[in-house]
Amino acid sequence: MRSWYFTEQSYHPAWPKVVGDIRIDPPSALMDPVEASDLLNRYIDEWLLADELGLDLMVNEHHASMSCLSVSCTLTLAILARQTKKARLVALGIPALNRVDPFRIAEEIAYIDVMSKGRLEVGLIKGTDYELMVSNQNSARMNERYWEFHDVVVKALTHTGGPFSWEGEHFQYRFVNVIPRCYQQPMPPMWMPTFSPSSAREIARRDYKVATFISGHGAKSIFDAYRDEYRKFHKREPSLDKFAYTGLVAVGPDSKTGMARGHKVAAFSQATDRTGQHYRNPPGFRPAADNAKLLKSGADVSFVRHMLPSGKMMSSPPTPEEFVQAHMLFAGNPDEVFNQIKAFWEHTGGFGNLIVQMGGTMTAEESFDSISLYAKEVQPRLAELVREREKAAA
Amino acid sequence: MPPFPGTITVSGVKIELARKGRGRPLLFLHPGDDLAPTAPVIERLARGFEVILPVHPGFGASDLPRNFGTIDDLAYFYLDFMDRLDLRDVVLVGVSFGAWAAAEIAIKSTARLGHIVLADAVGAKFGPPDVREIKDIFTLTAVQLLDWLYRNPGRHAPRYTEMEEDDLLRVARNREAMQLMGWSPTLYDPKLRQRLHRIDVPTRLLWGAHDRIVPPDYGRQFAAEIPQAEFELIADAGHYSHIEQPDAFAAAIEDFAAGAARVRRAV
Repeated sequence: MRSWYFTEQSYHPAWPKVVGDIRIDPPSALMDPVEASDLLNRYIDEWLLADELGLDLMVNEHHASMSCLSVSCTLTLAILARQTKKARLVALGIPALNRVDPFRIAEEIAYIDVMSKGRLEVGLIKGTDYELMVSNQNSARMNERYWEFHDVVVKALTHTGGPFSWEGEHFQYRFVNVIPRCYQQPMPPMWMPTFSPSSAREIARRDYKVATFISGHGAKSIFDAYRDEYRKFHKREPSLDKFAYTGLVAVGPDSKTGMARGHKVAAFSQATDRTGQHYRNPPGFRPAADNAKLLKSGADVSFVRHMLPSGKMMSSPPTPEEFVQAHMLFAGNPDEVFNQIKAFWEHTGGFGNLIVQMGGTMTAEESFDSISLYAKEVQPRLAELVREREKAAA
Repeated sequence: MPPFPGTITVSGVKIELARKGRGRPLLFLHPGDDLAPTAPVIERLARGFEVILPVHPGFGASDLPRNFGTIDDLAYFYLDFMDRLDLRDVVLVGVSFGAWAAAEIAIKSTARLGHIVLADAVGAKFGPPDVREIKDIFTLTAVQLLDWLYRNPGRHAPRYTEMEEDDLLRVARNREAMQLMGWSPTLYDPKLRQRLHRIDVPTRLLWGAHDRIVPPDYGRQFAAEIPQAEFELIADAGHYSHIEQPDAFAAAIEDFAAGAARVRRAV
């Protein structure tokens, strides 16, 4: 098992100050730029510590959001590519639907891969629905645009014979020529996140890694669909390395401290639930038939309510203890955290990558300690779990 | 909603179509919500005209080909449509998004048009870039939008939770087609304003006095760009004056279309 340390680089001091939603609408006047600078530098230090302790690193981006100070995966990765030594680096991801220039994205990917000496992995994601409001990109026909974006990026990264032109439906270029070219040939490994089993099948056919975000027991149906399709299409078993799960994680020296930190990490999820429902699910984001059902139900938008494994709804807002039950948060002392992850790992059929999301409202001291405890006392046991499974399979 | 009585395939696109009444052809282009042939405004207009009521490509149950996705596609489609039916001296009526389509048709060719009525039109940009003139309907949920469309939503707006799923599928498709063609620039064509002078047949702009999607002053600016266009308010109506005041709306069209067609510009 590889563990990828991740913090969303929240500007959490604004959460109690913002009236209403923390995304799209909050005024930047509620942010102290000096405090933001301190936090950004601290978050880089967290990644550097995780690198030293043998973890890999995951980075993301959001826009117009107090949940995330990173406005570009590749900007953050450019720092980490130079400052870290051993860790593999995954962008999870680059939001294709919210970006307008796939050629530029390919250039940035290749640059980071060269700078890091081949340690980059690339998650090309669709992006969040509400951020289409900021990028001004259309949700109608977004799947066609996403796959054309993907095709431009892949061809740009792998084409080494001089410029090619592209005259597609959504993107047009006179000369595409990425220099420097990728350090890893032909290109870095590709990841794709999804929330749906049908998309997981598409990802399986393309032999990319599939990732899910804090989806709890829903991850099993996604991984099952991927495995099933992978076997059918490639006539072999997918390796565990093809699967990634993102969980909120908080480790303390003892059970009580670990769970107290869990409360702080879970504050992230509670804060990000504060997203304007009128910015969710713009037409075209989901199939018309699904939207007809939503209108009938009176729900109007695609609000995913959090559900416990029993099928019972969580409280509103959900408690951290409910998140633990739902495998969205792994929290406690190192033994407890390992056992929670192991139980979920077995339930889903196994995965080779765990995105370890901390952050929330934890202090710097709490974060550094939680990272250290995870790296020293949880990660080695998870790695052993995967090794044993692979030995048995061989 | 009762099913549309017919379909027609024009330029390879199959759409729903109703034809009702006898007389001079009146082509009615619906707004973001498609319109039932049984709507009071259509019943009333069918007393004096042959009302031709299509459902735009992508809306209702009409096809949406992969290569179709802009207001220009829609305008060229209706030029082909009028050729195909060999319509002459048409009274072209459009509401909201349908009025935008009507204006885009008319700047291309008025050869088959006798009179044009643009009701609560969107489609043109008059003000500075940092002032939004047309309400951004794409930042509203389907239910929130209803409050903006009607002067009296409690009386006129549909109740989605009480509707059949087939009809709700039409609503969902309507919304998706609007998103496709209207998302950005938001419900306008940057070139339309400078081309409105090409409209050389009598044109009347009808406007709900309480329209909050595009307030009446926007309509007056629209009218000012079209040579000798008339502007008329409809009392006690919001953006959908054809639903809230069907008789006043139809009467304004009947009265206008009875007037003489103006002399066309020399070619």
